[in-house]
Amino acid sequence: MSRQEQAAASDPFWLDPGKRAIAYQVGVLCMVGLLAYYLVSNTLTNLEKQNIASGFGFMQKEASFEIGESLIPYSAADSYGRALLVGALNTLKVSFIGIILTTLLGTIIGIARLSSNWLVSRMAALYIEVMQDVPVLLQLFFWYAIFYETLPSPRQALNPFSGVFLTNRGVAMAVPAAHPCHKYMLAAFITACVLAYLLRRWARKRQEATGRYFPVVPVSVAAIIGLPLAVWFIFGAPLEMDVPRLQGFNFKGGITLSPEFIALLLGLVLYTAAFVAEVVRAGIQSVSKGQTEAAMAIGLKPGQVLNLVILPQALRVIIPPLTSQMLNLTKNSSLAVAIGFPDFVSVANTTINQTGQSIEGVALIMAVYLIFSLSTSAFMNWYNKKVKLVER
Amino acid sequence: MKLAKLLIVMVAVLALASVSMAGTLDDVRAKGYLRAGVNGSVFGFSMPDKKGVWKGLDVDTAKAVAAAVFGDANKVKFVPLTAVQRLPALQSGEIDVLCRNTTQTLTRETKNGLNFVHVNYYDGQGFLVPKKLGIKSAKELDGATVCVLPGTTTEMNAADYFRSHGMKWKPVVIENTAELNKAFFAGRCDCLTSDASQLAAQRSVAPNPKDYVLLPEIISKEPLAPVVRHGDDQWYDIVNWTVMALIEAEELGITSKNVDKMLKSKNPQIQRFLGVTPGMGKALGLDDKWAYNIIKQVGNYGEIFERNVGVNTPLGLERGLNALWTKGGLMYAAPFR
Repeated sequence: MSRQEQAAASDPFWLDPGKRAIAYQVGVLCMVGLLAYYLVSNTLTNLEKQNIASGFGFMQKEASFEIGESLIPYSAADSYGRALLVGALNTLKVSFIGIILTTLLGTIIGIARLSSNWLVSRMAALYIEVMQDVPVLLQLFFWYAIFYETLPSPRQALNPFSGVFLTNRGVAMAVPAAHPCHKYMLAAFITACVLAYLLRRWARKRQEATGRYFPVVPVSVAAIIGLPLAVWFIFGAPLEMDVPRLQGFNFKGGITLSPEFIALLLGLVLYTAAFVAEVVRAGIQSVSKGQTEAAMAIGLKPGQVLNLVILPQALRVIIPPLTSQMLNLTKNSSLAVAIGFPDFVSVANTTINQTGQSIEGVALIMAVYLIFSLSTSAFMNWYNKKVKLVER
Repeated sequence: MKLAKLLIVMVAVLALASVSMAGTLDDVRAKGYLRAGVNGSVFGFSMPDKKGVWKGLDVDTAKAVAAAVFGDANKVKFVPLTAVQRLPALQSGEIDVLCRNTTQTLTRETKNGLNFVHVNYYDGQGFLVPKKLGIKSAKELDGATVCVLPGTTTEMNAADYFRSHGMKWKPVVIENTAELNKAFFAGRCDCLTSDASQLAAQRSVAPNPKDYVLLPEIISKEPLAPVVRHGDDQWYDIVNWTVMALIEAEELGITSKNVDKMLKSKNPQIQRFLGVTPGMGKALGLDDKWAYNIIKQVGNYGEIFERNVGVNTPLGLERGLNALWTKGGLMYAAPFR
């Protein structure tokens, strides 16, 4: 045993910085725990003193309120629990579609911002400046107002294409009428996707081993489109459409996107895309110009330069701030209450109204957004790790 | 925004180490003013006018309580609350009384730990539709899109009504009243549902009020009453008898204009009521002039009604259920003796 180790072993623990740090951390943890305990027990005592019911027992009771749109069957006779699930799914729907559209639009605008074409780049810059600087709540009111102020009532619906009706009650669209071939087409689509993935892996391996190139993209696209189409033809190409038609107050049949959903989606996507565009621009600019020139010099085509040299390096810079924009979009979707889209906050508000249990309600709202945000960032962290620069 | 306010209320609940369960009267006296929760955006019930002065039936009810306690109807601070915030605000002790067109229900009186005093407005839920739809009855609303005013019992009543009549409908629930109005007047919905008094208020702010009609069906009972916390009987008595005093004064024919003359009345009922014969105020823990102060400064129930929501106001509401019991209404005060 060296002298130093001996000294460390005999010293009291407060002279050892490592152990002292642990002691501090345990102390802080205890204090946080005590504070949490105090808040919870104090709340419970006060609620009891005032004869206010607490707990989550209300979740099984009949909700007895209707919800405007729902992904799962729901009626006023269902429970509060199911109503809240409907709200959570609506939040998920708008966030999921919103994130995908935002990423696409943001990337396009970010690249346009860097375009050598003066007009394109200035248009992109203008878009970014305007959208970033107008509060998102105002944008939501704007799109919603545009919808119900400019579009006509269902009886005078606009009919720009056959099967599509624009009214102040939403956009009604024709969809293919239900047919047994649809589930086989879905299966074909999934099979094609899996095949494309395997093909890509095989082509890469072969190229690394032999240097021979295989055109993966066109073949994959052909398979993904062609296979479901082939199934459709096998079933005799059923062409029957479910066309919306005016019945009573509104359109029945087809699918209808409500003004609230469209306004919310539009507002969130256009607003967040401006931020994503800046993130994408910063990412691409972070790769030095020398890299592009070197790649061109060794004879890569412009598409290959982007795919093989610039993007892998830019993505490392893009992913973390992109993740936080996705989280922003999810959280901003709670502004839906303002324009009447039945998202989770809206349903939870009604639940609080009817049961009077605001503490439980707000706790649920926080928990749901926490779960959504944590899962998004978990996925993005995984992806970030994948695209991280592999250091050799 | 709304969420932030709600969180503040929640923190207030959490932070109150001990909520004073008794002695609201002492607290109010110590503060020197009454804190009253109101709606803040329903014309005729509680809304600041162009000069920022609070006006309305609920506002006057709160003023009457202040007049009874302080002898000064202006010692009130009004706290505008949303439907979601109002009950926690009262439960946590942030306000002393809630005068915010709130419906008396069993759940609220039991599970939510509140007490409703005498009703200050008998209401019921109705439907407002554009005239051009040509609808004569709520039973023709199958398949309609309905704008729902954010309220607590409103969504449930509407769902119950459509369910019991086997009709389908689509609600559009917008939390901000002004935004919901805009959507309805622009034709987003076929009809607007809320308490009939509120619908009258909404119609009065329509671009062209004559284009809208109230359907005859009233689908619910909405007794709107001021609310206090459970467990403080003295405070409950004060607020309850303040509302009754407004009604009793109308029945006895005492108004803000003739109340001084009435002090010399020979009628023993009036003498007891106005404190000429002492005793009533003391019993409540107040000055014997309490009822005199209320009527002198705020007026009787009839005056309050006509001033804020009556036929000569933009709301143009008939007395209906809110007439005195002697005139076929439901307003009936227990005897002051």
